[in-house]
Amino acid sequence: MQKSLHIDPMKCTGCLQCEMACSYENEGVFNPSKSRIKVFNFEHEGRFVPYTCTQCAEAWCLHACPVEAIQLNKGTGAKEIKNSLCVGCKVCTIACPFGTVNYSQETGKVIKCDLCGGNPQCAEACPTGAITYVDANWTGLDKMRAWAAKTANAEHTA
Amino acid sequence: MAWTRKVLRVNLTEGTCMPEPLNMDWAMQYLGQRGLATKYLMEEMDPNVDPLSPENKMIMATGPLTGTNASTGGRYSVITKGPLTGAIACSNSGGFIGAEIKMAGWDMIIFEGKSPKPVYLFLENDKPTLVDASFIWGQSVWEADKKLRQKHQDPLIRIATIGRSAEQGCLFAGVINDLHRAAGRSGVGTVMASKNLKAVVVRGTKGVANIKDPKEFMAATRKGKQVLHDNAVTGAGLPQYGTQVLMNVINEIGAMPTRNWREVQFEGASKISGEAMHEPRASDNKPNLVTNAACFGCTIACGRISTIDKDHYTIVNKPEYWGASGGLEYEAAWALGSDTGVDDLDALTYANFLCNEDGMDPISFGATVAAAMDLYEEGVITKEHTGGLELKFGSAEALTTLAELTAKGEGFGKDIGLGSRRLCEKYGRPELSMTVKGQEFPAYDARGIQGIGLAYATSNRGACHLRGYTIASEVMGIPHKTDPLETEGKPELVKAFQDATAVVDSAGICVFTTFAWTLDDIQPQIEAACEGDWSMEKLVTMGERIWNLEREFNLKAGLSKKDDTLPPRLLNEPAKTGPAQGKTNELAVMLPEYYKLRGWNPEGVPTDETRQRLGLA
Repeated sequence: MQKSLHIDPMKCTGCLQCEMACSYENEGVFNPSKSRIKVFNFEHEGRFVPYTCTQCAEAWCLHACPVEAIQLNKGTGAKEIKNSLCVGCKVCTIACPFGTVNYSQETGKVIKCDLCGGNPQCAEACPTGAITYVDANWTGLDKMRAWAAKTANAEHTA
Repeated sequence: MAWTRKVLRVNLTEGTCMPEPLNMDWAMQYLGQRGLATKYLMEEMDPNVDPLSPENKMIMATGPLTGTNASTGGRYSVITKGPLTGAIACSNSGGFIGAEIKMAGWDMIIFEGKSPKPVYLFLENDKPTLVDASFIWGQSVWEADKKLRQKHQDPLIRIATIGRSAEQGCLFAGVINDLHRAAGRSGVGTVMASKNLKAVVVRGTKGVANIKDPKEFMAATRKGKQVLHDNAVTGAGLPQYGTQVLMNVINEIGAMPTRNWREVQFEGASKISGEAMHEPRASDNKPNLVTNAACFGCTIACGRISTIDKDHYTIVNKPEYWGASGGLEYEAAWALGSDTGVDDLDALTYANFLCNEDGMDPISFGATVAAAMDLYEEGVITKEHTGGLELKFGSAEALTTLAELTAKGEGFGKDIGLGSRRLCEKYGRPELSMTVKGQEFPAYDARGIQGIGLAYATSNRGACHLRGYTIASEVMGIPHKTDPLETEGKPELVKAFQDATAVVDSAGICVFTTFAWTLDDIQPQIEAACEGDWSMEKLVTMGERIWNLEREFNLKAGLSKKDDTLPPRLLNEPAKTGPAQGKTNELAVMLPEYYKLRGWNPEGVPTDETRQRLGLA
């Protein structure tokens, strides 16, 4: 069974623990500027939204890469950057419709979410459950449950 | 290590920015942030300087846990001599800029001198630049923030800036970061303005590494977060209601200062409480509270993001206030509300927005308005002084108009900007000022909660709840319950809270963690992060050392035993209602015992033996 990162912005408080966990896991440093997941603060609406790669099945980045440096991890479904192959041409950063592949000036390679090999640290670190790692076939389960709870027979249990 | 071991020294007179190594000998004695910056200030500066002269220094300091994944590890403080108090000032703020300073590679920034013209510091990692600030001088915090973002074209910069109140000499102006987080108290923003320093703009991409034992550290921070999560206050009460969870509780026990402390219970408390912020409004069916929000790394997330009713008189035709922004926390709701007798939640939220927009401490602002209302009701000041404004207790219009005037330093707002003590002295009624060492009280009546009275009287930065929050014990039973109406045991309690809080602040984490954490939870995080030995015993002694160092600063600045007191209203006028009815604060019973416990002589001066023991001789 493959799993997906599932993001519920309603639960996000903007604490950036996910960004620290991501950078610590991947770079060995607490550093939001090196995080593969970013939390956006829509200041005047009071909304925080974590955003990262959704691991598209037909990944634009993977198809665009001229040197096959982006490869599918069959275990996790993640599209992973092979640093030994990446030439830093940045075509994938243009191809990705969502902006979740980015170039790193320090290494000359691109970086993106690789689901930490199947144990995504952002989800581990999230204190509110805004980021979870769930069955890829059932990312809608929580929403379905919430709506199910509002059905007409709800008063029976009241 | 956790420290970056680098200090940036900015000489505003000369226009120079010089890096220097952090004094690690001092770091081993004072850890960071509050403690370490106070040590720097003490060593480098005569505490007798005029706080608003170029001779005063201002330090922005992070702690070793700032910028790490320790829960709440995003705090920084502004340490300087306070113009409101003439005492040591140390104003602590969350938000994101503290971590950003650390990520840029600095433990502290020391500002000295005075720039010949308005400037701001742009700090991009190792590259500090002083930039002409003429395009933002005279602008509010929010406007300056917007213009700086336009200029730098970088959405990831973090900004701390002063507003117009500071530029206009308001003595309780703070430094606002991330639009609505404040290093709020004692006038640290006024010091910044006196140096012609408008803002500090930071972009840090280096991150925080050099943790002594990363594996231990990750385990310790994870355990700490679990404790916060499982605790009823930090895991449920604070995220849901913010610090406003206290409004109804404190009112119930008769310790809610009302109308400049004439009374101890506010009939309108429920209308301005944390619960009320969740209630849908009549006009648009939306609650005041939009969401809770976290500061950097905080897994509690007590912050309030609120909106004002668009139909409310304060913001009709003012779309700039229709969006969400930093909402009421308990202290602000109390000072702007109960202390002035105003129970209009939207008016309080608006006044709070203005405090953020122009960098005023809402506690001192609200309390000074309350003092002005007292003077008005006593007939001491009249409409002639106020420009026609009727300053009656309970008048929302008076409150919001004064917020607008004080923000810009106009009209009677100029008098409000003096703070409560100077205002009451100016009009010949100093006894009506509810202050210690010139700083306005926070939201707990010391007649109904005895220990907090001693904490107020002895707080090194003037009246303050954050130097020794005995409310935790006296009201909430953390870590153990003590009777709020009793004085017995309170000197020990106050000392213990004061010393422990100095450790928490100096580490770079938030004091709100201590609703759930004791030093037993914090020590392993410090120990795993920081080079050197950080045993419990060492930390407790360090907390005491920091407290005594601050005391030494104040003694050298000319403060003495006579300043460790409370206003006559608390000592002589009994509480009128509630569980504390008939009680005054029994400071005289507690203070001598406190001095003795501290190892101070009867005049409140640390004895030679105490100085020796703490390494302060």
